[in-house]
Amino acid sequence: MALDVTWAVQWLRLSAEAMAKHRSELIELDRAIGDSDHGENMDRGFKAVLQKLAESPPETPGAALKLAAMALMSKVGGAAGPLYGTAYLRAATAMGEAGEIDAQLLSEALTAARDGVVARGKAEPGDKTMVDAWTPAVDAARKAAADGDPAAVLEAAAAAAEAGAVATDPLVARKGRASYLGERSAGHRDPGAASTALLLRAAVEAADHAAGPL
Amino acid sequence: MKKLINDPQSVVDESVEGFGLAHADLVTVHADPKYVLRTDAPVAGKVALVSGGGSGHEPLHAGFVGLGMLDAAVPGAVFTSPTPDQIIPATTAVDSGAGVIHIVKNYTGDVLNFETAAEMAQAEGVHVRTVLVNDDVAVEDSLYTAGRRGVGGTVLVEKIAGAAAERGDDLETVLAVAERVNRNVRSMGVALSACTVPHAGAPSFDLADDEIEIGIGIHGEPGRHRIAMENADGITDRLLQPVLEDLRVDSGEKVLLFVNGMGGTPQSELYIVFRRAAQILNDRGITVQRSLVGNFVTSLEMQGCSISVLRLDDEFTELWDAPVHTAALRWGI
Repeated sequence: MALDVTWAVQWLRLSAEAMAKHRSELIELDRAIGDSDHGENMDRGFKAVLQKLAESPPETPGAALKLAAMALMSKVGGAAGPLYGTAYLRAATAMGEAGEIDAQLLSEALTAARDGVVARGKAEPGDKTMVDAWTPAVDAARKAAADGDPAAVLEAAAAAAEAGAVATDPLVARKGRASYLGERSAGHRDPGAASTALLLRAAVEAADHAAGPL
Repeated sequence: MKKLINDPQSVVDESVEGFGLAHADLVTVHADPKYVLRTDAPVAGKVALVSGGGSGHEPLHAGFVGLGMLDAAVPGAVFTSPTPDQIIPATTAVDSGAGVIHIVKNYTGDVLNFETAAEMAQAEGVHVRTVLVNDDVAVEDSLYTAGRRGVGGTVLVEKIAGAAAERGDDLETVLAVAERVNRNVRSMGVALSACTVPHAGAPSFDLADDEIEIGIGIHGEPGRHRIAMENADGITDRLLQPVLEDLRVDSGEKVLLFVNGMGGTPQSELYIVFRRAAQILNDRGITVQRSLVGNFVTSLEMQGCSISVLRLDDEFTELWDAPVHTAALRWGI
């Protein structure tokens, strides 16, 4: 199965669906330790991505992610806008002009995305941020890439991100708005890690769809 | 949730539109992307000040656009920083060639979005400098947090740096004034009730009738700790003591005392807080030379207040007294 532009566009569409579906859940997570806006912002951002996709259909996976990066950067606001914008932009740059993304390139793109998030947000693993979903996802993706199956790389990344998001529950936040709560931030899932897991799961589902008839 | 709104999604659009209609003599509102400009911007030869942040803190920041303060304000969604696609055009629109200062409250989102915008505006040839406001002493351990937040002190930075720009100081001088204000102001806040973000529909945290939250930020995020309700003097003592300790203000010094309402507390209660704070300062031999009392940096309809103390010198006092003509502050003209 090839990860081509159809997959990339489908990934973004399913991401938008996931953000709309989990909007309240993300708001609720953010209400507990932040400022109640994450679900709303991500939903608004991905609606803007859908609009851009309709206006100017991309021709490569990299172009699709670049378009998403620009829309997220200009519509999400908060910390999530620049962080996800940077993630998608770095991934797009890593993919370059490639028409199909193989397992190796995919793991490189995910690594670039994670490195972008770390460079912008300056968070480290364990700070209770989206880095705690991105980093295990990248580690798992790189391991899985050796077998050469891009779908397996996506699945490994998504599963690791989901586990990483759950693992933020007991952590005390040291970056982002939740850090002001100190010890009281423990016992809640980080909303950014949760949305990262949802977005990577959407990439798996898009590959499943791309494999069969839509 | 009962609010005077039409649709949670259109709160900021409609509010900013109304603001523009109400203050057409002072500001011009640009609807998409959203930003608010001083009507006579760009002012020839003047360093321009741009601030912005999430909405819900009104009158911050649009209420401070006008002569002697900001040249532009960039409102984001409620409690969400604005985006570079708003900040960049606002920055280029007010630049007269003398440069632009971004006044940014120290929150991760605001910092990231203004940083991105500043880079891109620089690439377009605008000289941009940034001052980060971080006056909130409630954040105790800045090594393990995103650092101290920008709260009430932001208004004082905007007023005093705005006056420096208006009198013709150059970019680096205005920046130095702004940074010096930030270094000499400390704040701490309390919430008696939470606030409800329109699109969330539920209060931002749960607070029992007999509880208060000490050390809050301005986004409805919970504070450092929760204690049983006390009287106004007791709460004032709790807020002022860490402010004075951190600022290390001594007997014989002069200060500006700013009691700020969070949006849902009446002016009369703010004066009760001011009374106690002024007594404490007086007892310590510190002169309250200037004052500000009212709702200036709010969290929607939250009940509560913050206390800010700014160490004054002759230059700060002169710049504070300089003419200002904005929707929320007006004197000397």
